[in-house]
Amino acid sequence: MLPILQIGPVSLPLPGLIILAGIWIGLSLAEKYAPINHIKSTDITNLVFTCLISFLVGGRLGYVIRNWDAFSQDLAGIISRNLELFDLLTGILCALLAFIIVCQRKELPVWQTLDSLTPFFALISLSIAFSHLASGNAFGSPTTLPWAIDLWGMPRHPTQIYGILLSICILILIWPGKGFLWDPQPGVPFLRFLAITSVGVIIIEAFRGDSLLILLGLRRDQVIAWLILAASLAGLWTLSSKRENGT
Amino acid sequence: MLSLTFLNPENGKDALCLTIEMEIKKLPQGKISRLVNLSLTVILFLGLLWIGFSRVTDNSTNSGKIPAPQPGFLAPEFSLEDMNGETVSLTSLRGRPVLLNFWASWCPPCRSEMPAMQELFAEFENQGFIILAVNATNQDDLADMKRFVEGNQLQFPILLDQTGSAGNLYNIQSLPTSFFINQDGIVEDLVIGGMSEALLRIRVKALLDEPPARDGGQ
Repeated sequence: MLPILQIGPVSLPLPGLIILAGIWIGLSLAEKYAPINHIKSTDITNLVFTCLISFLVGGRLGYVIRNWDAFSQDLAGIISRNLELFDLLTGILCALLAFIIVCQRKELPVWQTLDSLTPFFALISLSIAFSHLASGNAFGSPTTLPWAIDLWGMPRHPTQIYGILLSICILILIWPGKGFLWDPQPGVPFLRFLAITSVGVIIIEAFRGDSLLILLGLRRDQVIAWLILAASLAGLWTLSSKRENGT
Repeated sequence: MLSLTFLNPENGKDALCLTIEMEIKKLPQGKISRLVNLSLTVILFLGLLWIGFSRVTDNSTNSGKIPAPQPGFLAPEFSLEDMNGETVSLTSLRGRPVLLNFWASWCPPCRSEMPAMQELFAEFENQGFIILAVNATNQDDLADMKRFVEGNQLQFPILLDQTGSAGNLYNIQSLPTSFFINQDGIVEDLVIGGMSEALLRIRVKALLDEPPARDGGQ
């Protein structure tokens, strides 16, 4: 665990750096393999940057609006460097909106674009898992298993390492043009990525020691992942029947 | 093609030679697709069972029971002397929301967040809110620190971590680092780096709005 990288007098937050590296490598991969899906690399670059900026700006603005009482007394806080001042859901919605607008304006086919972005998403997922290992977040529940790691006062499931292994497996399985789960039919690689990532979350979340809980002690992220799995499966069956009908 | 040869151990000659020839055909994409979809559909239903099975029982998430400098855990106990020589312990403040801030006078972000901290302390002190500003005295100049505290008229307790024991206990790797601790002694939030006034205000209000748990933990 190394949340802060100290280089001389400079303290760098290692989890953030890992995610930045993930974005960069993921974007490079997506650009390289975009032509397989008949998408231009430059379109992917522009799309990713537009969505990232919308995500960051939208997430901050969403947070500011939700907490206007506090920001009205400190307007400079709106542009402060505190990453904590961020509303994830608003950020995601803004990025989605930007994605739709760019696809329409550039006339990009949605499924092929999503397929091209799949390696990018997989790398982001991998970098988030590594960032959890660096920060000690997303830690596991106590266990006596021999591979337990000592964290926050007791031996725990190394859920961060489970996450890293899972993300590597998923990246290999969906590798453009070569992975077992890659498929030339538009939409299938992306939906399969969503489905197996959801399966991974459902499994690994059970070993977490910091899950957010909803009704009856159910773990929130498992329920969300199950819904995403169901939705992506519905999409996969629809695409499969289209293939059989030759449409 | 797969060829297996079993040797006779006595004479070392071939006893049995078995050859299997197999032709591995690549499955068509349509069949793979159906296979993957079927597997995922089975997993979808098994997933429901797994979610039910992995439901959280009392001790599977142990937040609030073990001391650790991490959100969701009990804030580790320490006692330090303040600038007047009086000993302050974290446990003695149980029942009050606490902002535990590790700082040093040579650290620019620590200096820049202090006026906002003083403002919030003055605003919410009557609601029980308290700030413990733990000075990393083992790596600070005491005279500089005192000058800074007096110059900014800081009224909350400034604790002197002369040996670095509290810093080690809270695994401080960078200054400033702040822990927002609720009335039950649980770390609600951790912020590494300087805080804007807005962030401070939002976090402090969240601490004040939170009702204390009856059992003293989650």
